[in-house]
Amino acid sequence: MSNLSYAAPTSVDDAVKLLAGSSGLAKVLSGGTDLLVQMRSGRLKPDLIVDTKKIPGIIGIREENGGFVIGAGTAGAVVEAHAGLNKAWPGLVEALDLIGSTQVQGRCSLAGNLCNASPAADSVPALFAAGAIAVVVGSKGKREVPVEQIPTAPGRTSLAKDEFILEFKLPVRPARSSDAYLRFIPRTEMDIAVVGCGISVTLNEAGVCTAARVSLGAVAPTVLLLADAAAILVGHTLDADTLAKLDAAAQAACKPINDKRGTIEYRTKVAGVLARRVAAIAFDRAAGKSTGKAH
Amino acid sequence: MAKQYVSATINGEQSEFLCETQQSMLDVLRDVIGLTGAKEGCGSGDCGACSIILDGRLVCSCLMLGVEANGTTITTIEGIAQGDKLHPIQQKFLEHAALQCGFCTPGLIVATKALLDENPNPTETEARYWLAGNLCRCTGYDKVIRAVMDAAAVMRGEAA
Repeated sequence: MSNLSYAAPTSVDDAVKLLAGSSGLAKVLSGGTDLLVQMRSGRLKPDLIVDTKKIPGIIGIREENGGFVIGAGTAGAVVEAHAGLNKAWPGLVEALDLIGSTQVQGRCSLAGNLCNASPAADSVPALFAAGAIAVVVGSKGKREVPVEQIPTAPGRTSLAKDEFILEFKLPVRPARSSDAYLRFIPRTEMDIAVVGCGISVTLNEAGVCTAARVSLGAVAPTVLLLADAAAILVGHTLDADTLAKLDAAAQAACKPINDKRGTIEYRTKVAGVLARRVAAIAFDRAAGKSTGKAH
Repeated sequence: MAKQYVSATINGEQSEFLCETQQSMLDVLRDVIGLTGAKEGCGSGDCGACSIILDGRLVCSCLMLGVEANGTTITTIEGIAQGDKLHPIQQKFLEHAALQCGFCTPGLIVATKALLDENPNPTETEARYWLAGNLCRCTGYDKVIRAVMDAAAVMRGEAA
């Protein structure tokens, strides 16, 4: 017989108390598309599951002070269907659209994808590129954390035992801003990234980049935010020289592993190629030239 | 640990059941409620054989705990036909021979129902991407897609 307990608290306070008071392993449940697989395989044996989906505000999308706030447990499919997010953050939307299957997207959440802390998580490079802020709640109250400070190693996060993410704040979008995400896999659907790349840019009226964030997935123990690569884009149009420098910076940031999906050399090379392609899509979208899907 | 009490609407009927905390919704459907149409292929969300519609969204019942069903509305393959009358999707799967062993078929039909509820006029590409999470070892998918597109046309009133 299992001693697994389950609770579906209806307030942040109750959820935090349950997590803080647990003597064994307590896991936060959102969509469960990673957690249930890990439990079933025996990799994780939690004593308590705290299902956060009944907490007010944790599911849903709203606009606040000109930016979007996405509830941490909102299913990917709900984000994908949101017209405002498709317009302002097409890269984040297309990243979610690449996670697993239609069935998985019906359950999976941004918080789960981030806190599962896989280096190959599809929505995470897009979240990093977006400059999203995670609103973290715990016994000591509420704190706002840049998303890139949440994952610390494969399967590990900076969250304390009694903490979980309530929602994500996306920054206000200046004019001529957009983003894109591409993932390379050896097939068309239902695979894990060999490399993923998310880029968000803002352009001025002349098409010169004034702000950029560049992120790579599956090339290091955690998803990476590439300050060097972003600095290369700022102050430039997407000319051949800038693209070459971006490619080199992306490759230089890679610290990948060899595995069945790709060698170190292959992943490094693909990271540079994807950075070029994603930058081109993000620049085009920011300039209003294209709003189509990248994949 | 005491069993969990769960109340949900399943195929239009109010249903109450007790389950262990760690039991998946798929285990509950098959072993507790006796609805064995949903199949377990992989148990890890890869194959789609356990597909159900949960509060209007297509999900894998193996990636959901039975206790999470409390207060929800669920459609399984058993809820697709109208009494003895096959749903057009089921009819077209038969007519196009879109199955051989049939293990994936309940999942494919439920997934197709969810697709056509959301998008009554999908392109073939949209249908193929939507169904990418439903694996079939027999058909090679082509007959499945023909059945889906034909069923969509019937449901739109454009074919018989």
